[in-house]
Amino acid sequence: MALNSYRTGPDEKGHFGKYGGRYVSETLMPLVHDVERAYREALADPDFQKELDYLNRVYIGRPSPLYYAERLTEHLGGAKIYFKREELNHTGAHKINHAIGQVLLAKRMGKTRVIAETGAGQHGVATATVAARFGLKCTVFMGAVDIERQKPNVFRMKLLGAEVQPVTSGSATLKDAMNDALRDWVTNVHDTFYIIGTVAGPHPYPMMVRDFQSIIGRETREQIMEAEGRLPDSLVACVGGGSNAMGLFHPFLDDADVAMYAVEAAGHGVDTDKHAASITGGRAGVLHGNRTYLLQDEDGQIIEAHSISAGLDYPGIGPEHVWLHEQGRVNYVSATDDEALEAFQLCCRTEGIIPALESSHGLAHIIRTAPSLPKDHIVVLNLSGRGDKDIFTVAAALGQEI
Amino acid sequence: MSRLEATFAALKAEGRSAFVTFITAGDPDHASSLEILKGLPDAGADIIELGMPFTDPAADGPAIDLAAHRALHAGANMKQTLSMVRDFRAGNAGTPIVLMGYFNPVYAYGIDRFVTDAADAGVDGLIIVDLPPEEDEELRLPANKAGIDVIRLATPTSDDARLTTILDGASGFVYYVAVAGVTGGKSATTEDIKAAVDRIKAQTDLPVAVGFGIRTPEQAGSVASVADAAVVGSAIVQTIASGLDESGKATAGMVKDVLDFTRHLAEGVRTAKQEKGCC
Repeated sequence: MALNSYRTGPDEKGHFGKYGGRYVSETLMPLVHDVERAYREALADPDFQKELDYLNRVYIGRPSPLYYAERLTEHLGGAKIYFKREELNHTGAHKINHAIGQVLLAKRMGKTRVIAETGAGQHGVATATVAARFGLKCTVFMGAVDIERQKPNVFRMKLLGAEVQPVTSGSATLKDAMNDALRDWVTNVHDTFYIIGTVAGPHPYPMMVRDFQSIIGRETREQIMEAEGRLPDSLVACVGGGSNAMGLFHPFLDDADVAMYAVEAAGHGVDTDKHAASITGGRAGVLHGNRTYLLQDEDGQIIEAHSISAGLDYPGIGPEHVWLHEQGRVNYVSATDDEALEAFQLCCRTEGIIPALESSHGLAHIIRTAPSLPKDHIVVLNLSGRGDKDIFTVAAALGQEI
Repeated sequence: MSRLEATFAALKAEGRSAFVTFITAGDPDHASSLEILKGLPDAGADIIELGMPFTDPAADGPAIDLAAHRALHAGANMKQTLSMVRDFRAGNAGTPIVLMGYFNPVYAYGIDRFVTDAADAGVDGLIIVDLPPEEDEELRLPANKAGIDVIRLATPTSDDARLTTILDGASGFVYYVAVAGVTGGKSATTEDIKAAVDRIKAQTDLPVAVGFGIRTPEQAGSVASVADAAVVGSAIVQTIASGLDESGKATAGMVKDVLDFTRHLAEGVRTAKQEKGCC
């Protein structure tokens, strides 16, 4: 049976159906409650919204354009393809949307230091940026493996005054960075705000990050109405933790005629042991503050994820996505490293846009499906980030030297 | 009377506090870990916390994080952890064992199956660090029904209102985390610990154990003088790490060194005089 609305979650304890919640150590519980209280107060404060709107406009550069990808549409010969150009935001990705919202909350709570975890470095750069803008100390936790494959972003964070803390435990990627960020937070509860980089973590983070990211979908609604006079037929976004997908999808969830495709990273293939597709290849568990789907072995040990894109290289996904999956509202599909690489190159050559490897996974799904869709089918891709940071990874994958 | 109740009652009669030791099950390998576990009561442990290894122990510092990875690398899993408890129980009927760890391995094992197998093996209590009161009902109710206590944690960030939430449903004892931080980090002062223990005791009759940042017999002794139990974890686990060769294998003297160190710590607790009015 269809629900009246898919947009009413979470409940007051932060659950989306069975998922979400607050699974953190007792030391953090009062703090997590404080964050929720402060967030609800901020939402009710017109001055908070006013400052957020102002910064969205003049600092991030919103609204981001909705762009008709004409040559790609012609090349694929089917559905009419639009890009929501989040890669044009200040710092080059959608991550700034929730970073700016959270830093305003941190200020409001009187915190003097922010911390963040990062995979591709986009959320780390966004956090370092807003920390610089508001004069807060900033430490970013980043897996040693990711530091190696995302050097430009590491240098950016340092230029912005952040301390980049290499994480060597576990698989030395995003999940381990999140472990160390949680360890730092529990040690520095008195002055530190944790700016989480996706729609995961303990309540209220999945809700709060979603709310800040939903500006993507709200703008898209207005822009597509202006361009086409109707809503799109489908929405496509890549999904790791799931912040950009949730931001695009959420304002459309109750529009039954809008289909949604979230594209997970299939790495070498979802039937191999090297992928990052938590919905396709994971099952319910508890990690990093929430109950969600996780890549894990039969003993409940977390399995290292793999994706060519550091930003999708995480063995979990936001709890609201799992709920939407189980409700059947959003379709969770996947694209391999190779498909993403091809999409990356095609986008460069047909549209003159270098997309992030993350966003290239969404594009790969469009390349697969658009040719067989009618020409009046309108699809919007969330072009969540720019790919300048990925050129070394892509060059290595293509066997070229820069 | 449960083993935990009996232990605290017997120690109260002796006029001293409990010494609680933590090791990670299967660290550095199943056989050595079992040997240590079996030797702990003779080395002075009154209660044993046995860590259930997890890949992502986000509330632990490096010592226990590394211990978990050593154990997992050597093939540890929940079945083996429970079989260690069973083997221990075969030779020891009195020392309480509290399993400590994270929720996901318990959840993956299946909650009903877990509480049944754990009770059967002789487990007395559970400390699940990422399962706060708001989320613990699905484990706590079946565990309590099977005769297993779910130990609640209080911390320096717990105000009186939060303590009420924490204590509602608590059993066995209350574990006071002495510092805001991860295991094996900073130490709290005895004055701060005493104030916190007094505050908790104003709201409950349960015994209060104190852990985090206790490394030496002296520290253990001074904590024991103001609380019902002193918990040492990382320092013991580090002794295990020091007894490994370059390839991570246990050296010949490792188990003895760990138990000798434990004995020193226990002496600190045993010679501590409980303060008047305490405990």
